[in-house]
Amino acid sequence: MSPENVNCLPESDVKLTLGLPGSGRIPSKPGMKRGFLETVDLNLELDQEVAAKPPAAKAQVVGWPPVRSFRKNAMKSCKYVKVAVDGAPYLRKVDLEIYSSYQELLNALEEMFSCLTIWNYLNERKIMDNVNGMEYVPTYEDKDGDWMLVGDVPWKMFVESCKRLRLMKSSEAIGLAPRTPSKNSSTS
Amino acid sequence: MIMESKRKKESPSSAGSTQFPDEVLERVLAFLTSHKDRSSVSLVCKDWYNAERWSRTHVFIGNCYSVSPEILARRFPNIRSVTLKGKPRFSDFNLVPQNWGADIHAWLVPFADKYPFLEELRLKRMTVSDESLEYLAANFQNFKVLSLLSCDGFSTDGLAAIATHSKNLTELDIQENGVEDRSGSWLSCFPESFTSLEVLNFASMSAEVNFDALERLVCRCKSLKVLKVNKSISLEQLQKLLTRAPQLVELGTGSFSQELTTRQYAELESAFNNCKNIHTLSGLWEATALYLPVLYPACANLTFLNLSYTALQGGDLAKLLVHCPRLQRLWVLDTVEDKGLEAVGSYCPLLEELRVFPADPFDEEIIHGVTEEGFVAVSFGCRRLHYVLYFCRQMTNAAVATIVQNCPDFTHFRLCIMNPGQPDYLTNEPMDEAFGAVVKTCTKLQRLSVSGLLTDLTFEYIGKYAKNLETLSVAFAGSSGRGMECVLGGCPKLRKLEIRDCPFGNEALLSGLEKYESMRSLWMSACNVTMNGCRQLARKMPRLNVEVMKEDGSDDSQADKVYVYRTVAGPRRDAPPSVLTL
Repeated sequence: MSPENVNCLPESDVKLTLGLPGSGRIPSKPGMKRGFLETVDLNLELDQEVAAKPPAAKAQVVGWPPVRSFRKNAMKSCKYVKVAVDGAPYLRKVDLEIYSSYQELLNALEEMFSCLTIWNYLNERKIMDNVNGMEYVPTYEDKDGDWMLVGDVPWKMFVESCKRLRLMKSSEAIGLAPRTPSKNSSTS
Repeated sequence: MIMESKRKKESPSSAGSTQFPDEVLERVLAFLTSHKDRSSVSLVCKDWYNAERWSRTHVFIGNCYSVSPEILARRFPNIRSVTLKGKPRFSDFNLVPQNWGADIHAWLVPFADKYPFLEELRLKRMTVSDESLEYLAANFQNFKVLSLLSCDGFSTDGLAAIATHSKNLTELDIQENGVEDRSGSWLSCFPESFTSLEVLNFASMSAEVNFDALERLVCRCKSLKVLKVNKSISLEQLQKLLTRAPQLVELGTGSFSQELTTRQYAELESAFNNCKNIHTLSGLWEATALYLPVLYPACANLTFLNLSYTALQGGDLAKLLVHCPRLQRLWVLDTVEDKGLEAVGSYCPLLEELRVFPADPFDEEIIHGVTEEGFVAVSFGCRRLHYVLYFCRQMTNAAVATIVQNCPDFTHFRLCIMNPGQPDYLTNEPMDEAFGAVVKTCTKLQRLSVSGLLTDLTFEYIGKYAKNLETLSVAFAGSSGRGMECVLGGCPKLRKLEIRDCPFGNEALLSGLEKYESMRSLWMSACNVTMNGCRQLARKMPRLNVEVMKEDGSDDSQADKVYVYRTVAGPRRDAPPSVLTL
């Protein structure tokens, strides 16, 4: 189920895209620091599709930052996935390899985004924002590019297929089809 | 040391040095180990030159092309230990073509003839083939120490040859090389009769080794002091190794994330508890907060903790550092964020060296990492800090000024603001004043890496104030060639200058004509230097090698990458077609 079918920000808007202020395509996230992107002298292609990744002008300069190849490759071998939280300006990264269950992962996410608490009901995994009462549902994008609810498949299978995580606002997760409750018990 | 020998020389008689037996002088000079001291000694007079050359057993060659093995052997007949560095440092970042050179074999063959009793070989950024390793194993009977750092060209087959023929080997240190890791069976090649190993580091190799063979090796090598294993070794296996070698002084663990039973956990903790001599800890691949506590008993005497392959959060780092009050050197990933660095400032007052590496340097999205706040927090808590390598995404001039005010003893200041040409994020000004503060305050500064938006002013400061600077790295900086001229006209002790992507042209290059002979090397890439400029340099300075590497599809007149170095060996004959010697 692709994100465009639900009433939520398309995936590309969760990432920063580049363009002039005021352009209708920029997601409005007031107060978000973008200083460092704006200072780079780029040839922006402003008529690019919103869904496209940031333009190649921000492409990696050879050998910069000066990190040794060995270190680059060593870090790649971890199963790092990005975690986005709707409404938060920064993404985080977690290494899925270091957890052995969904519970451990959700606990870690709780620590990382300390304003949220995990509200774990049987067969339901919801995350609640203490401050403003928003409910978040943990979702992930799998290898096929589909957005799924976290917790449906066995843990190992999830680690294999998960490409990124997103804590989606409950209100926007309507389109994601929940699995039947009976299958969930095997995944904790 | 030199003063002592001079005194000894003058006391028996007040006459000249000719009355002092050579053998005695050599004996005295044998106590000199620093190669700088020895160079000074050799310049005193002819007798001292000769005495020094006969008594020297270790030689350090910072650029393998600055001298030839023949010249070396002619001057120093009794060498037992050689340290060689090859490729320019920017080869670590893929800026140097693969087949550039620095092949050790050209040295090994003359060494087999002139130094058959060679004991130690330490190589950095050299190309080493399996054939060379086999040759080494076969031709040097006394061989004791092999250390390969950032080398390439060999596979585990070559290591198997070394292991098989080990009789007197005490040290095998394989670090961060481009090794073709075919299998881990090389470790099983050490003979059962082999017991002399003191240092074994294979942490950066990936293939699984035979654990039985490793355990037996550790068991029979009673003098083993340094053991750094690779990721394939589990926690359970580590526990067994620690039980066999509680005398270890440096430990590199394997993977730190196995699921352990309560009993296994207790056994592991107990094993660490018995290791009272560990002062260096590394490895810790995939370590999680769950298992780090087993380390606590071993942390009391820890002076060097390398967590640079562990994606730790700040809170977990803090919990660990509470147990490491004696820490002097710490390497971490920027996943610890500023919160983790605040803990460093709080719990490690003896810290002298901090390196913060980026967990995700190439991601175009904003991953948080560390900021100026973390660095400042460390500087308030760790006043002895003198070595820093800091990768960050934002910095301010004010923060750096505070940092060096707190820690004026910096000898190595390497700041990498990862976005090229980024200004002070609060004031939007260039970062000139930051580095100005560094060079003005830190009079002992030997090594500096600059970054961020920088004008010529930065280089004016450097040229004017950095009197002890030996190594300078510059990228995406400067407004004009004047910047480079300031540095070349200033820094009297400059030895290595590496520059990339700066608007420095021929005038700047040629302003350093005389300077280059007192330096080890100059690297300039993606600057405004032309072939003509390089030719002029080569013509005027015959004792320099001027090498140009051209990129595909670039203008004929542009000198894309230039490497200039002093040498007594003349132009090299092993350069590949992509490297032009002018």
